[in-house]
Amino acid sequence: MSCWETIADYGLRSIGIGERLLPKEDFTLCQQFTLIGSGMIWNIYFGLVALVSGFFFATALAVGKASNNRLFRKLAEWFIFIFRGSPLFIQFFFAYFLFLSLKQAVPIFAPFTAAWLGALVVLFFNTAAYSGEIFYGALQSIPKGDIEAADAYGMTGWTRFRRITFPTMLRLAWPAYTNEAIFLFHATTLVYFSGFPAWRQKGDALYYASYFADKTFNPFIPYPILAGYFIILTLIVVSVFGLANTHLNKHLPKEARRKIRFRPNIIR
Amino acid sequence: MSFYVSFGTVLLLLAITAPTALAFGFAGAMSARARFAPLSWIGKGYIAIVRGVPDIAFFLFFVIALDQAIEWSRHKLMCRDWTDPIRQGNDFVVCAEAKMPLGTAAQWVHEVYGFSLAVITFAIVFGAFAANVLFGAMRAVPRAQMETAEAYGMTHRQAFWRILVPQMWVYALPGLSNLWMVLIKATPLLFLLGVEDIVYWAREMGGSKTARFTAYPHGDWRMWYFFALLVFYLAFTRVSEIVLDRLMKRLTHGQATSGGEAQRRANA
Repeated sequence: MSCWETIADYGLRSIGIGERLLPKEDFTLCQQFTLIGSGMIWNIYFGLVALVSGFFFATALAVGKASNNRLFRKLAEWFIFIFRGSPLFIQFFFAYFLFLSLKQAVPIFAPFTAAWLGALVVLFFNTAAYSGEIFYGALQSIPKGDIEAADAYGMTGWTRFRRITFPTMLRLAWPAYTNEAIFLFHATTLVYFSGFPAWRQKGDALYYASYFADKTFNPFIPYPILAGYFIILTLIVVSVFGLANTHLNKHLPKEARRKIRFRPNIIR
Repeated sequence: MSFYVSFGTVLLLLAITAPTALAFGFAGAMSARARFAPLSWIGKGYIAIVRGVPDIAFFLFFVIALDQAIEWSRHKLMCRDWTDPIRQGNDFVVCAEAKMPLGTAAQWVHEVYGFSLAVITFAIVFGAFAANVLFGAMRAVPRAQMETAEAYGMTHRQAFWRILVPQMWVYALPGLSNLWMVLIKATPLLFLLGVEDIVYWAREMGGSKTARFTAYPHGDWRMWYFFALLVFYLAFTRVSEIVLDRLMKRLTHGQATSGGEAQRRANA
């Protein structure tokens, strides 16, 4: 079987298109590359959707934590503390079994026991909490002069937030936020190891990598392949965020722009 | 009962891993700033490689890789007249004497062996993070301090141990305490390494039990077990935060940093 046929059979295996049975023996390098790569679809899906949706919630959390209203502040603080203070792994487990119990009471929760939605919700909350804390830190370090200048122009409330506070916050938070995005993509590998079932062996990249490692009892091929894919993904994330960073700081002289420092990979 | 013992397992892991990882980190940082170039490449390579690879992939990889490395070298040493290749297709075959632990060993030996593999894996991964923190901290110690040491005629080694090492901790502590938090939150990953830890027992004991197999039949309680774990971790991180805060206050005392300066002014 040529490599192109393998790609045609297994390229979209992780979303259920193509050959149903996974290869059982005589694993070729091509099969490993294709299947692990096809698993990356899930990692990208989880990471991207959680990141984009989490961004808005994180902004809300940061504003809530910085607000003068005691109720909002406490709510945001507790939310951030709970999601940052406990391991993501345990959160996945808890959420899965929570959804299982809820499903028995209310059938609406049935899709939540599947990874594509249930794990996504957990990742969404988790990244919102982590980036919320980053944004909160940035909110606290907005130069006083910027706000004063906005006041002097007569801007208040929503206008001031939209034109001054929010862009400055993003500018300050962006390097840290880039790292958060990288962690998030790495964290997506936990999904299929934490209770959420890989239905019909539709799993993510690590799921397939460990499948191969189990079958061949040889970790030295699948895991480096996985690492290679993730390094590429990380580089893409860094360059996309780098472009956004240049866009955010394009009014500044070149030397004054803050470079994004690449600090990937800390387990949560 | 085993459920409560497994909390002990987690604490034991932390108690062993933290100093081991710190030692790994110290060695890594020392070799990274060595003046002998190949040694410094080794140190820097160690830091870069471990930090660049996705987290749990590393855990899954290292446990099998270490196990195979040990068995492989024992095989080479002890069974010289064995001619069959070790990798036969999908199998990893070593002679009976080279099995680690021996096939005849007691159950607890297997458990201890598995646990120590986990500890080494954790130490290698977190050692790299710690090395990075310590490397930064060593560079953060003001250059003037080292110049003074040289002016007093101390050798390179003396200056390192007497001046640099005692002073670097205050710079290293924020990074290290961050790392400690991450380490706490990484402990549930023990489950993936095949150690019977709290996650394992929470799944086992929380599952529905019928009266036929146990004296305490109950429904699916896994949700509550994982909720308990969540609370345990939250409490643990909170307590660590408070303790580390105190430690930081103690360490900044009398240091030539803005924190130490603020303390001095507050007391004056």
